[in-house]
Amino acid sequence: MNLTRRHMLLLLPAAGAAWKYVLAGTPEAAPNYKLSEHWWGMLIDLTKCIGCGSCVRACQTENDVPEGYFRTWVERYHVTDYDIENPQVDSPDGGKKGFPPAKDPSGKNFFVPKLCNHCADSPCTQVCPVGATFISPDGVVLVDKTYCLGCRYCVQACPYGCRFINPTTNTAEKCTLCYHRIRKGLTTACCENCPTGARQLADLKNPSDPIHEFLKTHSVQVLKPYMATHAKVFYNGLDGSVR
Amino acid sequence: MNAFKDAGHLFRLAGVFLAGILLFLVIREFLVPKSFGEYGHYRGAALAEIAARPLHYAGHDTCETCHADVLEKKKDGKHAHVNCETCHGALANHADDPASVTPQKLDTAVLCVRCHEANAAKPRGFPQVVSADHSNGLACDTCHQPHSPAITAGGAK
Repeated sequence: MNLTRRHMLLLLPAAGAAWKYVLAGTPEAAPNYKLSEHWWGMLIDLTKCIGCGSCVRACQTENDVPEGYFRTWVERYHVTDYDIENPQVDSPDGGKKGFPPAKDPSGKNFFVPKLCNHCADSPCTQVCPVGATFISPDGVVLVDKTYCLGCRYCVQACPYGCRFINPTTNTAEKCTLCYHRIRKGLTTACCENCPTGARQLADLKNPSDPIHEFLKTHSVQVLKPYMATHAKVFYNGLDGSVR
Repeated sequence: MNAFKDAGHLFRLAGVFLAGILLFLVIREFLVPKSFGEYGHYRGAALAEIAARPLHYAGHDTCETCHADVLEKKKDGKHAHVNCETCHGALANHADDPASVTPQKLDTAVLCVRCHEANAAKPRGFPQVVSADHSNGLACDTCHQPHSPAITAGGAK
């Protein structure tokens, strides 16, 4: 048969479709883990946090976070009296090496660990122009670093300041809720290493997770509820001064 | 009849459009990854890639499979709920190859104060000391056994 230019043109799309399947290979199967059966969040009990910085160090080790950047960090708040609009906040080196003695031990002093809130309606995923950041079906906000352009829209959009641009890869980076650990049935590095149990990984779709009992019996708050992000990091004992 | 006498122009134009659409579809097939849209407006394969990262912390369940003796020491003490790697550091390498990767001996003078140095921001009930006044320079493990730190009647055990 004599192949004309027209024949070639008609064959091209079919060949393209076929080649894509050759390139993709077979996807890796994840046994015993159903994406639809989980909805991850975290519980932070501020009445237990001692500001030791174990979570910060563990996170940096587990996720190879570059020096001077943080996927989780600990802040120390100081509120003198009624002026909760103007707390004094410090976080030397993200609280990684603990905290020096409080300048003013009077009034309220307390620690607040922070991380990505894994919002169910996350502003950061909504602004990504290329679909590089997304909420996984099990409720974790992730970044596909092979797709990320490093445009920084998401860094600006996050109301909690939880994202940064990795200086070596120039892509957006953030807490993955140790996705590589929770998919294997482990807890996150920060929760594993919290000596007082102030941080606890929570699976909101698992009816036997202790989070449900805790949420029913305690006064729990999320950060910046007025942003309507439906954050899934719940704080027990959160003071009104915390931003 | 005359209205359609130059209809050839329209067919040629339709052909150009059709070729353009085909070209777009072909390029799209090549550029959009196969797993894009599997779960949503993102590359579905990214989930498995992120989940495939190596571990650094083995997790306390792994530690306890071998170190049952330490678990026994810890279980009635105040440090029962402090996981191994909180103090001993990330030891997934050790769990993978216990013979050749051995954990370092820890310095209690550095380790204990991370949690127990007095600070006004710590919860009231948490045991805190001003280390300079508390032990007169002695290492913490002179009196306290880190796996079960309470000082018993017979001294540190």
